[in-house]
Amino acid sequence: MSSEAKIHLDRVGKTYPGTSVPAVEELTLDVHEGEILVLVGPSGCGKSTTLRLINRMIEPSSGRILLDGEDVTRANPDKLRRRIGYVIQQIGLFPHHTIAENIATVPKMLGWKKADIAARVEELLTTVGLDPEQYRDRYPKELSGGQAQRVGVARALGADPDIMLMDEPFGAIDPITRDRLQNEFLRLQSQLHKTIVFVTHDIDEAIKMGDRIAILGERSVIRQVDTPERILAYPVDDFVDDFIGTGSTIKGLNFLKVSSLAPTDYPTMTVQDTPEEGVRRLRDNGADWLVLLDGQRRPIRWLHHQHLTEGTAPLEERGEEIGDQLNADDTLFHALEQMVQSASGCSVVVDGSGAFQSCVEMPALSSAIRRAQREAQLHYEELEAMQA
Amino acid sequence: MSDVTYGPSMERTRPDPAPDGEPEGADQGSTGGEGSFAARFRNLGLWLAPVLIAGLAVGLYAYVQSLDLANANRQQRSALSWDDKLQPQLVEHLQIAAWSTLIVILVAVPLGVALTRPRLRRASPYIIAVANSGQALPAYGLLVIFLSIMGQGKWTVIWALALFALLPVLRNTMVGLDGVDRSVIEAARGMGMTKAGTLMKIEMPLAVPVIVAGVRTAMILNIGMATLAFLIGGGGLGITINSGLKLNQEPVLIVGAWLVAIVALSFDWVGAVAEKYLHPRGL
Repeated sequence: MSSEAKIHLDRVGKTYPGTSVPAVEELTLDVHEGEILVLVGPSGCGKSTTLRLINRMIEPSSGRILLDGEDVTRANPDKLRRRIGYVIQQIGLFPHHTIAENIATVPKMLGWKKADIAARVEELLTTVGLDPEQYRDRYPKELSGGQAQRVGVARALGADPDIMLMDEPFGAIDPITRDRLQNEFLRLQSQLHKTIVFVTHDIDEAIKMGDRIAILGERSVIRQVDTPERILAYPVDDFVDDFIGTGSTIKGLNFLKVSSLAPTDYPTMTVQDTPEEGVRRLRDNGADWLVLLDGQRRPIRWLHHQHLTEGTAPLEERGEEIGDQLNADDTLFHALEQMVQSASGCSVVVDGSGAFQSCVEMPALSSAIRRAQREAQLHYEELEAMQA
Repeated sequence: MSDVTYGPSMERTRPDPAPDGEPEGADQGSTGGEGSFAARFRNLGLWLAPVLIAGLAVGLYAYVQSLDLANANRQQRSALSWDDKLQPQLVEHLQIAAWSTLIVILVAVPLGVALTRPRLRRASPYIIAVANSGQALPAYGLLVIFLSIMGQGKWTVIWALALFALLPVLRNTMVGLDGVDRSVIEAARGMGMTKAGTLMKIEMPLAVPVIVAGVRTAMILNIGMATLAFLIGGGGLGITINSGLKLNQEPVLIVGAWLVAIVALSFDWVGAVAEKYLHPRGL
């Protein structure tokens, strides 16, 4: 395992001189190439310390750190850090350097040629969504918080490091900008495939950003490390359960797709059908609502039994609005949201052309969740069996 | 759909969000400093001072002319002779101020740097105490102490003044360096900048405004104190002032004091210009 891992922490610990309780107890952790591993835990659990042990901003007092299988525990820390991007919450842009100079910091230290540096700065500014023409020669004080953190990320990417360490990078930014920066960062990561260790105290951010999440307890002891979906489906102990908080099951719906559900047979009728035909289909199906489709089989209205038997208005003017519709690759979280808004308590799934496919009903969601929980549990039981 | 979204799978499939739309106006807000009224007024002050100084010099010249030295008494004629007295004294005065300020910079800045490093930080209260006592002692007393150690002469004065003016530069160096945002240093170190590189490229440039302000204070202190140099045979414009007092020759006293004022104002202006041009851009 350790030879494959991009970052391998081997029983790394930190005990500050003069204290008997370690800040970080022997920690063994693998970070795989191209993944975002989120370290998350309550305040003071040592997650930032753990992150800073990796680039040796804090020197570990025991254990080994391996990057690409190479032991860097005794390497020159300055040279080591030039290989690792580092983003902190306070950003720490150099106020007396222009944006371009800030981004050029590491390439300059590595002795890149001037023209290469200039080209790299242009590229990175564009990458993080800032117009080079406009921002290159500005100073950090002229930037808003969101823009400054973009530059912070660009600076960390300066010399194209394989590894990035990010310490609550979006922690000090307003929620709307944070959401936007998170999305952009995920998009960026889908192109760059960096190996990222990301620290946050916000479980929702962890779930959103992480390919895997390590939930840390006191003294940075790993309580559970796994994919977000498995952690949500199967928290291994009360600590993790408490930490991920209420609503974890619902959050887990984010990781399940509509396409994973078995198609159901839901009653429909088209505008050409007679109301009596509709009533018959409802009776055959034992349902209360059916979906009215137009000529191209696109859903237009929800019709209840009553709507069919009473009134004389054309069918397309009866019943309730359909509302938003789902696609196969929407999440079940999305489906749940549609469901609670829809008149019939079901959400409608359409195909690419907008034609009706099926409906998602509550029992389907609960069985999907229970299946995910069962799978996660099975996974952990297998792991235990393997260890035993 | 919702404001609260959780899943990566959902977020990643979203179309590219536009770069965050901070209003452009917000970015421009802080750039206006250069042209603002306050800045223009400061610049005006910077250019007004030389005019004032030139005015003082012209005034002094006119005053000396009005004394009709050729027909004045021997004491005045001798004390106010430019070639024999005033010019050599002025040069001496400037030498004393310049050397002592230079020594202060050469001693206090590295000392201030050293005392803000983690390893020596513990020693800083003691060194500060010594520097404090240097300034707390009456300058006259300090001169006499140095006289008893080093004997008469210009260099005794220079060293005494250097100690006297050490504190403002030392303290400002330390305050300036301590005032550098920790996160900026953290970022520099975290990117692999060496300790020395961080000091020279990040910490010092950011501390420069505060350090220069300290040097300016020290320089003005030294120019003022150099008038006491004559007490221990160090020369300087103090001689002329002293002659004026001793011989009860008011014009001599006035010319001496006037010259010291011009020198002090000129150097304060040089200090102000240095502060402006050494101030890092972007701050």
